[in-house]
Amino acid sequence: MTVTPERTRVRWDYSPAPESADHVRLRDAYGVFVGGEFADPRSGASAPTVNPATEEPLADVAVAGPEDIAHAIATARAAQEKWAALPGLERGKYLFRIARLMQERARELAVVETMDGGKPIRESRDIDIPLAAAHFFSYAGWADKLSYGLAGRGAQPLGVVAQIVPWNFPLLMAAWKLAPALACGNAAILKPAETTPLTALLLAEICQEAELPPGVVSILTGDGATGAGLVRAEGIDKVAFTGSTAVGKDIQAALAGRDVGLTLELGGKSANIVFEDAALDQAVEGIVQGIFFNQGHVCCAGSRLLVQESVAEAVEAKLWERMQKLRLGDPLDKNTDVGAVNSGEQLERIETLVAAGEEEGATRRTISCDIPERGHWFAPTMFTAVSPVHRIAVEEIFGPVVSLLTFRTQAEAIEKANNSKYGLAAGIWTDKGGRAFEVASALQAGVVWQNTYNHFDPTAAFGGYKESGFGREGGAAGLRPYVRVR
Amino acid sequence: MTPARVAVRKTYKLYVRGAFARSESGRHDPVLDHGSRHVANIARASRKDVRDAVKAARKAQAGWAGKTAYNRGQVLYRAAEALESRSAELAQQAVDLRGAAPAAARDEVAAAVDVLVHYAGWTDKLAAVLGGVNPVAAPFLSFSMPEPTGVVGVVAPEEPELLGLIGALAPALAAGNTVVAICSERWPLAGLDLGEVLAVSDVPAGVVNLLAGRRAELAPALGAHRDLNAIVDAAGDAELGAELDRLAAETVKRVLRIREAGDAREDSLRRLEALTELKTAWHPIGA
Repeated sequence: MTVTPERTRVRWDYSPAPESADHVRLRDAYGVFVGGEFADPRSGASAPTVNPATEEPLADVAVAGPEDIAHAIATARAAQEKWAALPGLERGKYLFRIARLMQERARELAVVETMDGGKPIRESRDIDIPLAAAHFFSYAGWADKLSYGLAGRGAQPLGVVAQIVPWNFPLLMAAWKLAPALACGNAAILKPAETTPLTALLLAEICQEAELPPGVVSILTGDGATGAGLVRAEGIDKVAFTGSTAVGKDIQAALAGRDVGLTLELGGKSANIVFEDAALDQAVEGIVQGIFFNQGHVCCAGSRLLVQESVAEAVEAKLWERMQKLRLGDPLDKNTDVGAVNSGEQLERIETLVAAGEEEGATRRTISCDIPERGHWFAPTMFTAVSPVHRIAVEEIFGPVVSLLTFRTQAEAIEKANNSKYGLAAGIWTDKGGRAFEVASALQAGVVWQNTYNHFDPTAAFGGYKESGFGREGGAAGLRPYVRVR
Repeated sequence: MTPARVAVRKTYKLYVRGAFARSESGRHDPVLDHGSRHVANIARASRKDVRDAVKAARKAQAGWAGKTAYNRGQVLYRAAEALESRSAELAQQAVDLRGAAPAAARDEVAAAVDVLVHYAGWTDKLAAVLGGVNPVAAPFLSFSMPEPTGVVGVVAPEEPELLGLIGALAPALAAGNTVVAICSERWPLAGLDLGEVLAVSDVPAGVVNLLAGRRAELAPALGAHRDLNAIVDAAGDAELGAELDRLAAETVKRVLRIREAGDAREDSLRRLEALTELKTAWHPIGA
């Protein structure tokens, strides 16, 4: 009898590879940034911002109130005229400076973004911060070419713009908002999200370093009440909001009958469609990128996975296998794929919807992995046997949860994809170029990715159809919301 | 002696789904001229008519958007031709009904024809002006192109009833949208006559639907319709405008406000932008 020696099991564990945070110098407390200076908020209120991976406070941050808002608007108004009167090239040079400073401080910004928001350092380092700098760089060059970007029309800045950004891409969204507004000659008041104010405050320091004229950019940190007060305040000429559809609708209604410009970039329930002729392994990578990028805290996340019936089993098996290789944990670790959920509140929302999915009869699978003891976490999850009317197929979960549905024909895929009140993005996986273009043009979505997902660029317009909002950010189209054309 | 010929009067109906129909409500409204003389009866549309019209417009939308830009342009140009051929009659109507000065009435109708010609020429330019290839910093062919927003509601101004209606309709149509429009309440005849112009211009059934009646009843019903994607408010009524804004917020409708009926051509790109969605597509270059 021969005894086969037991094969030595090869383990592919990674050693921890945390990005060092020791060069980060955060202040204990941040006031409001108005008139080029930090100052204690007139509201007298502040709140800690917390690292969602450790639940430890990072800094104390002002909660701006009505007096702070009024003061910021008056300061912005006073600065705006001079800013708009600067030759475009000179305005642009300030934006170029900001882009450069962001690149210089990229590592610090990435680490702080990850500590404050919970996203993996790999993403903040490779995507958020470089793209934010690129956005300033790109719009810097528009400042003296506005009429070219507006089909030859003359452009007047709108004045003082209020910009509210979400917590999923804090600095990147700030850049998407500020860069075009400033290039067009507006003064901006930015309200970062309650849970992720820190990189915006570092951006305030960068504005100081760039010697941006005081008052051109103000940063008012705070909660939902701060934002609600800001968008309704007298003296605001335009509101740009990125966030939930519910709040977007509130803002649109609040501005009814007023001559205030508005652009909204809201929620989504984007379809990622896999046809039977697709390169399935590549598609699976794209599905993972589409839904687990940034813990699924992405407005354009490919959260509705539509797979052609003939390959559904294969895709499901490959996806499940791939999902189990995802590494959840310390966001500062360079090997981490899935970081911390941004807040306890968001975790609750994810858990509620996932529970609804189970109650409504869908089949849930969540990968088994170590969950850190502290912090907010949700392991990558897939639902199968999902009906199009299930809440998990209709509502935005904003977490690492994908719902798999199937279709038989291309027409059915299009119909299912469009059967949503949202219309932000979509993905198409196919080897047939003709099909890709045909389906792309039939989808009611502002962005359609073919054989890829979640790519962004300052030159490419981004924004939604239907209840995903209106107006575009990026490219020449991104100038339009910030000017009155003549 | 031959007795004087008895004129054949026109029954003014709504124009929905390419057909001339009475209101489902069976109601009518008298139309009085500027001297309060009875001129005609019009069908007075109901909220149900609004819903039917939106349904017709939705059904027609994909087909209209799917036509080539060249074809849409030819259809709109054909409408301009048909309107031109009736311009003397429509100008006379403005004189008789509203008491407009003859020269001004002629200018107004001519301007309306020119607006149609202008937008007919926009259909195949829009993508080049609003879209293009995005020079992204990665190996992708990325491009952005305008697409129609979908079904557009139009609330026409009281005056100029024809030019104001066409200046609100034409950008929506040129961009590939379908339309439900509420004509001028005080002077509804020109808007309803426009239905006859469109009906002989190869405008597919349902692409334009024209309703007449009480604005206070119809406009909010139109603005509140959940299957409407955008609203063009050319009414010039601040209170109604605020109400339409509030209703629009319920489903994130786009709102285009038109303040000057006279600058439909100078203001055309702004109007077209407001009724289009920019779609960005990314295609990989290489494997």
